[in-house]
Amino acid sequence: MYGLTIFGLTIQEGSVRVALFITCVNDTLFPGTGRAVVTLLRRLGVDVDFPAAQTCCGQMHVNTGYRDEGARLAHHTIAAFSGYDAVVVPSGSCAAMVREQYPRLPGPPGFAAAVAETTPRVHELTEFLVDVLGVTDVGAYFPHRVTYHPTCHSLRGLHLGDRPLRLLRKVRGLELVPLPNEEECCGFGGTFAVKNADVSAAMCADKVRAVLDTGAEVLCAADNSCLTHIGGTLGRQKTGVRVMHLAEILAATEPVTGAAGVARGGRGGAA
Amino acid sequence: MSSRERILARIRAAVAGAPDVEIPRAYRGAGDLPDTGLVDLFARRVGDYRAVVHVVPETGAAERISASLTARGARRIVVPGGFPEPWPSVPGVELMTDGPGLGAAELDTVDGVLTTCAVAVAETGTIVLDAGPGQGRRALTLVPDYHLCVVRADQIVAGVPDAVARLVPDRPLTWISGPSATSDIELNRIEGVHGPRTLEVLVVT
Amino acid sequence: MTRTFLGLPGPRPGAAGEGFPARAARAVRDSQLRFNLRKATRTIRARRAGVVSELPDWAELRRAGKAIKDHTLRNLDAYLLQLEEAVTRAGGHVHWAADAAEANRIVAGLVRATGETEVVKVKSMVTQETGLNEALLAEGITAYETDLAELIVQLGDDRPSHILVPAIHRNRAEIREVFAGRMAGWGRPAPEDLTDDPPALAEAARVHLRERFLATKVAISGANFAVAETGTMVVLESEGNGRMCLTLPETLITVVGIEKLVPTWRDLEVFLQLLPRSSTGERMNPYTSMWTGATEGQEFHLVLLDNGRTGVLADETGRQALRCIRCSACLNVCPVYERVGGHAYGSVYPGPIGAILTPQLHGMESELERSLPYASSLCGACYEVCPVAIDIPAVLVHLRAKTRHPVAERAGMAAAGWVLERSGRLARMQRLGGRLRRLAPERLPGPMGGWSDTRDVPELPAESFRAWWERTDGGRR
Repeated sequence: MYGLTIFGLTIQEGSVRVALFITCVNDTLFPGTGRAVVTLLRRLGVDVDFPAAQTCCGQMHVNTGYRDEGARLAHHTIAAFSGYDAVVVPSGSCAAMVREQYPRLPGPPGFAAAVAETTPRVHELTEFLVDVLGVTDVGAYFPHRVTYHPTCHSLRGLHLGDRPLRLLRKVRGLELVPLPNEEECCGFGGTFAVKNADVSAAMCADKVRAVLDTGAEVLCAADNSCLTHIGGTLGRQKTGVRVMHLAEILAATEPVTGAAGVARGGRGGAA
Repeated sequence: MSSRERILARIRAAVAGAPDVEIPRAYRGAGDLPDTGLVDLFARRVGDYRAVVHVVPETGAAERISASLTARGARRIVVPGGFPEPWPSVPGVELMTDGPGLGAAELDTVDGVLTTCAVAVAETGTIVLDAGPGQGRRALTLVPDYHLCVVRADQIVAGVPDAVARLVPDRPLTWISGPSATSDIELNRIEGVHGPRTLEVLVVT
Repeated sequence: MTRTFLGLPGPRPGAAGEGFPARAARAVRDSQLRFNLRKATRTIRARRAGVVSELPDWAELRRAGKAIKDHTLRNLDAYLLQLEEAVTRAGGHVHWAADAAEANRIVAGLVRATGETEVVKVKSMVTQETGLNEALLAEGITAYETDLAELIVQLGDDRPSHILVPAIHRNRAEIREVFAGRMAGWGRPAPEDLTDDPPALAEAARVHLRERFLATKVAISGANFAVAETGTMVVLESEGNGRMCLTLPETLITVVGIEKLVPTWRDLEVFLQLLPRSSTGERMNPYTSMWTGATEGQEFHLVLLDNGRTGVLADETGRQALRCIRCSACLNVCPVYERVGGHAYGSVYPGPIGAILTPQLHGMESELERSLPYASSLCGACYEVCPVAIDIPAVLVHLRAKTRHPVAERAGMAAAGWVLERSGRLARMQRLGGRLRRLAPERLPGPMGGWSDTRDVPELPAESFRAWWERTDGGRR
C-alpha cells in the first residue's frame, strides 16, 4: 500500500491530506465507531487527520427550523476542513447535509464558493472506500449473521446504492441476510422522533419486526443516529440483536469483543 | 380592481425577476417508438384491462361482430352515423342509428353500442374516440353497458405522444383504457362502475 | 400571508387548535385504520413501481413535467389570458375568483340561473378546498358526489383522507355498512342482500347513481389540466362518473386552480404518461375526457381560482408545490401517512404534499398549520416518487425555518448552537457528561421523554472520540 488513487491520480502516501469528519454524534456517543474508521483506513494505507476544530454539521438545527444557527455551524465546518484533499464522514446523513443542504444555506461572502469547492471532496465512508480507494475487500473478518439497513439519507440523499453491500459481501465469515422493506424509514428523523414520538415509535416497531424476521444477530448501518433509534427499541424489547456501525464490522479482523460504543441492552459488544 | 386584474397583478409581482425555464424533451416523443408489432402489443395491453380482444382480417370483421353481438345476447345496439357500410346483419339484433329520440333515459335501455375509433395506443392499450364518423356523440359509448369498438390496424400508434400528435383538440375526445373501473375500495382495481362494464375491442388487420 | 379558507373543518373537535402530533397519536392507536392504510398503500406502491419501471424514459418525462410546470408558473399571467381567450372563442364563459368565497358565489349564481336545485359533481380537490358543497347547501342547492370514494365519504358524513381515494381509511366491510345504512336517505337504497364483495359494492353505487346522472341538468367538475393554447380541459378518471357529469347535463361548471395550466396541446403527451402511472399505478386510467369550450350543445363555464396560490408563487422555494398534479404518489409512499392516515393533517390536502401546501396556502397562524411542516421524518421517499420532482423535504425544511418555535426549544437550540460553535466548548461538555454519565436518567426529561418511553437511551461513553484522539495521538501512542 504505497499510494492512494484519488480521482484517477495515484499520489504517493503522505502527499494527500485526508481528514476524518467524525460528526458530533459519533464523537460524543460512539467513539468506538471513530476508532474503527481510523483502524480501517490505516489498514488500507490512509493516514487520516482529525482536525480538532470540527464540531457539528448543523443538520439538527437546520432540519428543526433553526436555519441561521445551523448555517453558523456549516460555516464553521467548511472552515475546519479547508485545505484537505478528502474528507471522510462515517454518517450518511451528515454527508448528505453537507452535499445537499449547504448550497442552500445563507452565509458570509465566500461561503458559497467555499461550499462549491469543498463538497466534491466530502465522501461518506463507503463512497471513500469504493469510489476513491477502489476497494471492496477491506480484509475484514466477522463471523456473524448480519442484516443491513440502508438509512434514508444514504439511500435517497447520497444514492449510496449497493456500495455498503459490496463491502459487506467481502467480509470473511459474514452471512448477509436481506432486510425486508429495507428502504422504509426507521422513524428517527432527528427531532421528528421527539416531536412526533408516537408515529416515530410506530415506524420503528415495524422496522424492528423486519429486523427480527431476518434472524440476524447484528443490524448494521452506515449511520449511528438511525442505529441508536432502532437499537434503543431492540434493546428495550430485549431482543438480543446488536446494532453496529458498518465501520466497526469492516474494522474487525477477529471476532470483536466490545469494540463498539456500548448502550444499555441494544448496542455494541459481542454476544 | 376586478378579481381578474388582481390575480394577474399578483402573479406578475410574484414572478418578477424569476428566470424562465427551458423545457427538455429528451423523452421518447412522437415517432421515436418502434412501430413494429403494434397490433400484438395493443391487443395484449387491452387484454390486461380485462377487456375482450379479437384480432381478425378485414374479411372476417362482419362475422366477428355478428358473433360477438349474438354471444352477448343483445337485442338493440346503437350504431353511430358514419359507421362503415354495409352494416353487418345480425339475426335477432336491431342495429339502430342515433337520433333525436335517443335521450339519456332511452340510451339506458339499449343493450350496447358498436363504434369505430379515431386512434389507438399500443403501449397503454388505449382507444381514443373523437366523435368522428362511426363514433358519434360521447353519451353513446357511456350510457349503454356494452361497447364493441372496431379498431383498424393502421389506427394503432406506438405511444401516447404519437396519439396526441394525431388528435385534434377542438373535437371532444374520450380516451378509453378498458372497461369502467375503480380503485376506491382498498386501492384494488375492480372493473365495472358507471361506464360500460364490458368493453370488447375488434382489431381489423 | 393572508388567511385562505382551505376546507379546514372549523367546528370539529380539535380543528386548527390541535396540532398534528396529537391528531397523529390518536390515529396511530386505531389498529383498524392502521391495517386498512397499510394494505392499501402497499398495494398501490407495488403497482406504481411496476408501471413506472416499464418506461425507459421515466426520468426524462419527469424532467420535462417539472420544467413545463415551472415555465407555466413563470409565465402564468400570459397563459391565463391565452386560456381565457381560447375558451371564450370556443363558446365557453370564463370567471375569475380571487378566493374561495368568490368562487362559491360565482358557482351558486350560475346554478341558480339555471333554475335547478340539484347538481352532480365529479371528484374535485379544488371544490373541496373552497367548501363548495356547504356553500351551495346554504343557497338551497344540493350537490351529489358521484365518485365512489366521495360517495362513501358523503353518505358516511365522513371526511376525505386521501387525494385520490378519499375513503382509503375505510375497508370493504365498513363501506358495506355505510351503503346499507345510508343510501336510502340520499336516493335509491342499497339492495337488501348487499355483501362486502367489492364488485357488489361498485354495483350498488352504479344503481344508486344511475337515475341521478340521467336526470340532473347541472354538473360541477374540476380539471386535471387546462391547455392554454387551445382552451382544452382534461379530466382523468376511472369509473365513468366523470364522463356522466361532463357529458349528460345541459350546463357544466368547471372550477380549476390557476396552477392547473399547461401551455400547449403537446404538453399533454408528458402528463398523460406521468399522472396515471403515478396515481393509480396503471398504464392509463380507464377514461380521460377532453373538451374545448361549449361542447355538443352544452353551456360551459370555467372558474379560475387563486385562493392563496399567488402567495405561494411569490415564495422562491415554496412555489414548487404549485407543480403538483395531485397524483398522490407521495401519500402512498409516505411512512408517516401510512401510519396516521389523512385526517391527522386536518386539511383537504393530506400527506407530504399537504404538509407543504396547507401551511403555504393557509398561513401558519394555528397550532395545526405550524406543526404540519414537522409531520415528516424527512426520509425523502416523497421526492423520489414525485412525477414533477417537487423537493418536498427541502420545502418542509424551508417552512420550518419560517415557523414560530416553542420557547423551551429555542433556548435548547441556542444552547446547543453555542456549545457546538467552538470545539473547546464541545470538549468541555463531553468531559462533563462523561463524569456525570452514571447519573443520567433512563427516561429523558421534558419533550425528549416521548422518545425514551419505547427505547433505551444510549449511554455516554467515559471518553469522547476527540479526547481519545488527543490522549493517544490518534491511537499512535
